[in-house]
Amino acid sequence: MQVNTVYQPEILIQNNKTFSDVNNEVSVHTERFPTFKWWFCFLAATSAFLLGATLASIMFRDGLGVLGLNQPNGWGVFIVNFVFWIGIGHAGTLISAILFLFRQKWRTAINRSAEAMTIFAVMTALIFPVIHTGRPWYAIFWLIPYPNQRGLWVNFRSPLLWDVFAVGTYFTISLIFWYIGMIPDLASIRDRAKNGIRKFIYTVLSLGWRGSNKHWSHYEIAYMILAGLSTPLVLSVHSVVSFDFAVANLPGWHTTIFPPYFVAGAIFSGFAMVVTLLIIAREMFNLQSYITINHLEKMNKIIMATGMMVGYAYACEFFIAWYSGNPFEAYAFVNRAFGPYWWAYWTMASCNVLIPQIFWFKKARTSIPVMFVVALFVNIGMWFERFVITVTSLHRDFVPSSWAYYVPTWYDWGITFGSFGWFLMWFLLFCRFLPVIAMAEIKAIMPTEEIRKEVHTNGSK
Amino acid sequence: MAQNNANSKKLSGVVGIFDEPRALIMATKKAREFGFKHFDAFTPYPVHGLEVAAGLKRSPIPYVTFVFGLVGCVLAFLYQYWTSAIDWALNIGGKPYNSWPAFVPIMFEVTILLGGLSTAAALFIFCGLPNLKKKAFDLSITRDRFALMIETPNLATNLDVKDNLKKTKEFLQSVGAKEVREVYEEGWGFSL
Repeated sequence: MQVNTVYQPEILIQNNKTFSDVNNEVSVHTERFPTFKWWFCFLAATSAFLLGATLASIMFRDGLGVLGLNQPNGWGVFIVNFVFWIGIGHAGTLISAILFLFRQKWRTAINRSAEAMTIFAVMTALIFPVIHTGRPWYAIFWLIPYPNQRGLWVNFRSPLLWDVFAVGTYFTISLIFWYIGMIPDLASIRDRAKNGIRKFIYTVLSLGWRGSNKHWSHYEIAYMILAGLSTPLVLSVHSVVSFDFAVANLPGWHTTIFPPYFVAGAIFSGFAMVVTLLIIAREMFNLQSYITINHLEKMNKIIMATGMMVGYAYACEFFIAWYSGNPFEAYAFVNRAFGPYWWAYWTMASCNVLIPQIFWFKKARTSIPVMFVVALFVNIGMWFERFVITVTSLHRDFVPSSWAYYVPTWYDWGITFGSFGWFLMWFLLFCRFLPVIAMAEIKAIMPTEEIRKEVHTNGSK
Repeated sequence: MAQNNANSKKLSGVVGIFDEPRALIMATKKAREFGFKHFDAFTPYPVHGLEVAAGLKRSPIPYVTFVFGLVGCVLAFLYQYWTSAIDWALNIGGKPYNSWPAFVPIMFEVTILLGGLSTAAALFIFCGLPNLKKKAFDLSITRDRFALMIETPNLATNLDVKDNLKKTKEFLQSVGAKEVREVYEEGWGFSL
């Protein structure tokens, strides 16, 4: 396989696939009746969502009292879920935008599904702050600064409002970026379609894309700009989410480390979710040649690196709590690790800092069962990180007479469970109807027919 | 297909189909050297070097993004300033009415929002999307084949059209096209 005459890039797509193999193997799942496995997962996810929706409806009827919230714990599992799901989304943008700007070509096999994950995760996240108000049909209007009969404006100095803008922009730009990236692939599916209705739907979705060189030259610039816009955007979104906490004066929240700490944590948890979903997707849709062990290994390295950043942030918080000499701050952190919520703290620390260390070993990084389990632990750990931040700071504030323990109820857990169902439901629909791999992008990084032939003849000598 | 009812439809051009991007780049370069002004290549993915071979200018989309991003930034500030300091000035935590540092996050987000939306809009406008009128002339273009289309305006010079058509076809064959044929203007066949 030694070829000296032509530049030979790293082989990202295995098993010597041709361009038409790519189209066949990626599009086929959109063209045939879904498998039993797909229906099983889809029905399970939909049932989970319906359970959550039912519980949420009861909550709307009876009020927020059905939740575990109390004084002083005004924020609970819903806010934890909001931060968790927004964080999950960040890995998708990191893969699609930041790795694109850094010319990491391996991203092309995974960026489509990671971006889809971003969009569905943001859709899931947005539910929580809205239903947390108890009367979402008012809340959604009160968040938007428009001239209204109340004669009031929103408070532009509040991080909660910054959040509305940050998350709204994030969702819009991610959706545009994802859709624009998908136009050429939708055209591929359109051109394969035999069924008239499918042909019509994909013709509309592909906007009549024809692959013209003049169009590609605009397209590539637009794609690069959207990547360039998404990069600072994604960093800003979790920074703004962290301001929700950091701008408050509560010990444990009021720290300047929060923006980078939240962004690192978001990427960490997001990559764990990408690994979890891709392991399932590549098995379910036979995409092992495209989403290779090599890709998964690279993601595992990022998980380990960001896991250590998060670990550093945990340590740094403790150091500053001691070094600042502020007794409230110091107490908040001692209470975090050794107070009534010690179990949450140590679940977080072991899942996020200790368990990913196994990725120092190449065997672990390249083993599907190991990485699947580690990714699940990271997801659990990152959920608990947000729980620790939200609840341990709130439950013991300045006046001991107002301290209280927070226990989520079945409504909290059921609606949380429902949110996973909602997210997976959309992801499964995406896998069924849209190309899960960016076909046009991976063709650009594959050896062309000519090069493959040269490699073949030279190799057989 | 299109050739059967050729008389009723307008000729959009002559197309040469290639199996390989390098061949297409060479052919495009030669088409330009040959003196064709109106031609376009069609590829399943963005082939680098093709825009140079075709002599395309850099897309003006970045300027659109810049202008609209700037507009977004300024508008976001003005809106926040007007609502917080003029229309209904509320004292919040003793901060000044024009507490501009607190306006920065939303200015940033609106910059990105308008920049991104205008980029998408500019892409659609420059590419004429959604394209309702021109059907894909070959189903393999979005899969694995590459095409060079010499468009009709080149054919209508002072020479006889038939002669010109023949010459264009000969040119495409000479640059290595595997298949050469005429393409007629045709819609997608859906009434939207």
